[in-house]
Amino acid sequence: MTDTVKIFIPRDSAALAVGANDVVQAIEREATARGQSIQIVRNGSRGLLWLEPMVEVQTPQGRMAYGPVQAEDVAGLFDAGWLQGASHPLAHGLTDEIPYLKNQQRLTFARVGITDPLSLSDYQAHGGLAGLKRAATMEPAAIVDEVIESGLRGRGGAAFPTGIKWKTVLTTPAQQKYIACNADEGDSGTFSDRMIMEGDPYTLIEGMTIAGLAVGATYGYIYVRSEYPDAVATLNSAIQNARAAGWLGHDIAGTGRAFDLEVRVGAGAYICGEETSMLESLEGKRGQVRSKPPLPAIKGLFGQPTVINNVISLATVPIILAKGAAYYRDYGMGRSKGTLPFQLAGNLKHGGLVERAFGLTLRELLYDYGGGSASGRPLRAVQVGGPLGAYLPESQWDTPIDYEAYVGISAMVGHGGLVAFDDTVDMSKMAQYAMEFCAVESCGKCTPCRIGAVRGTEVIEKIRAGNEREQQIHLLRDLCDTMLGGSLCALGGMTPYPVLSALDHFPEDFGLAKSSQPAASAV
Amino acid sequence: MNTPPKAPLSEDTVQQATQEALHRHAGQKGNLLPILHDVQHALGHIPEAAVPLIAQALQLSRAEVHGVISFYPHFRQTPSADLVLEVCRAESCQAMGGDQLAAHAQQKLGCGFHATSTDGKVTLEPVYCLGLCAQSPAVMINGRPHARVTPAKLDQLLGAQGA
Repeated sequence: MTDTVKIFIPRDSAALAVGANDVVQAIEREATARGQSIQIVRNGSRGLLWLEPMVEVQTPQGRMAYGPVQAEDVAGLFDAGWLQGASHPLAHGLTDEIPYLKNQQRLTFARVGITDPLSLSDYQAHGGLAGLKRAATMEPAAIVDEVIESGLRGRGGAAFPTGIKWKTVLTTPAQQKYIACNADEGDSGTFSDRMIMEGDPYTLIEGMTIAGLAVGATYGYIYVRSEYPDAVATLNSAIQNARAAGWLGHDIAGTGRAFDLEVRVGAGAYICGEETSMLESLEGKRGQVRSKPPLPAIKGLFGQPTVINNVISLATVPIILAKGAAYYRDYGMGRSKGTLPFQLAGNLKHGGLVERAFGLTLRELLYDYGGGSASGRPLRAVQVGGPLGAYLPESQWDTPIDYEAYVGISAMVGHGGLVAFDDTVDMSKMAQYAMEFCAVESCGKCTPCRIGAVRGTEVIEKIRAGNEREQQIHLLRDLCDTMLGGSLCALGGMTPYPVLSALDHFPEDFGLAKSSQPAASAV
Repeated sequence: MNTPPKAPLSEDTVQQATQEALHRHAGQKGNLLPILHDVQHALGHIPEAAVPLIAQALQLSRAEVHGVISFYPHFRQTPSADLVLEVCRAESCQAMGGDQLAAHAQQKLGCGFHATSTDGKVTLEPVYCLGLCAQSPAVMINGRPHARVTPAKLDQLLGAQGA
């Protein structure tokens, strides 16, 4: 009998969606047939998503990566001696030495892909719970101050200072307060929330618990979209385990204070990612946007003071408490402190998750990490920040990524997702799609969004058909102005960003004179 | 829309599933969505007959319950086929041939979105992002995600499920 070899195969849906479970079965079959003892660990994903399913073999030198592995590759990998870390066309050497991963600054994602997401002992062995233990010794106001000091801003997209929001909830007296985690990650090109929930769920639970101690909330909800069944299942298992271990319940870390939480599943409405709409949905209603004020921090869920934060914001809190505000604040630039887990998506050769401090450029992400287009054609436009984010032409790819700098170019960093398009894209079609999406997803409460998006779609259709083009473009700009200024929330209020950026930067796609910006190179 | 030829659910079945869902979530704050999820999970859709039972138990009007069901695209008021194919229509998938994949699915199934194939085997729905954007285009078949899907791979996936 040979020594048992540890093999890591992700359970992340990005791996499952390309056959990871078949690979597990093939490896088990092959190992049995060869009399080789193995231990399979279902880890989170390392985020090198073009290599999924990426299998790692534990060797004396470290973890060796092989990918993308399909079931039919497995026998050949055994033949080549992969359990000893042997070379093979699918081999990538030591995982930690792969430049894509090595050149990252992983704070929020420190454990993702390394540990078994549901193992309580793995979590603690890799720094988990240190933040909560420290928070348990602190006064609530001191915890809030630490988060304010760290410079952490809302990673869902609005970039509001997290600690300031917490302070409002802390100083609003109430019998019951809530922590509501917004995990309704509906923006195309984003998957960092999903990867945390599937790859390191305890860090989210720990972050929410710290938030509870900080503001005096005893109950939390994680509102997850129904399109993420694997994340829901992983979170539910993690919550059960945490409860059984006493990490959740009546006495948090010896403080004598209670905190518990539950997962709520959305039902396919994009608008429920808007915070007040999410509250309505959690209360069992149609997900219609509420007018503000009152702020949810003062009158939120069930009328009580509520902290609403995105998954990444909350999942970043443990490391801030564990290592101190200054440690986190030292990353980043300007008023954009810390790191952002960028998500490289669309037409890129090397799509995946790249956590880096603010201040790098889109060009670095697209080429140094993304490897240029997947199609081999020149890249032409990049949408940053989801369906409500602007389309950026090559001339804007060197702006340092920073919340304020992006506002300066009429764009938004948002949740850090970027979707790349090659030169076959028709930007007038993408503009029309932005309006169509808004029409489909509008909650219907305010007129600029409900009616504006429908009219916007029609107007762009006419422009594309060359029907009274000049007048229709004038009308479109006027309509966008109304939506920007008159909508109740960001859906109607920001749909003009992709529309107008497409029109301004790529006028030739709307039948106007060509702009002077050429498409970029492929690599 | 084509409705697949299935025997209608009996009144008892609807009542039992609805009561079980109501019982499971009794006392839970804001429990309407969890209840609706459970009913749909048990029955495949939320039948009209479940609405008054839920309304009465939660002290809501039938209109309020209906309003919630009809607001959320995930909730179905009519049965689907045994296979539900959701094709992502969002930007990242569009950047990688998602439109061609969607056109292929419609042509193969002989139906548009929000409809069921001519043979009654597959219901086709649009979905806006499955969070697999680095491996576009993506689809979901009966709740299981699939990424880097080409028209040929889609045929193979559906074929493996008997469609």
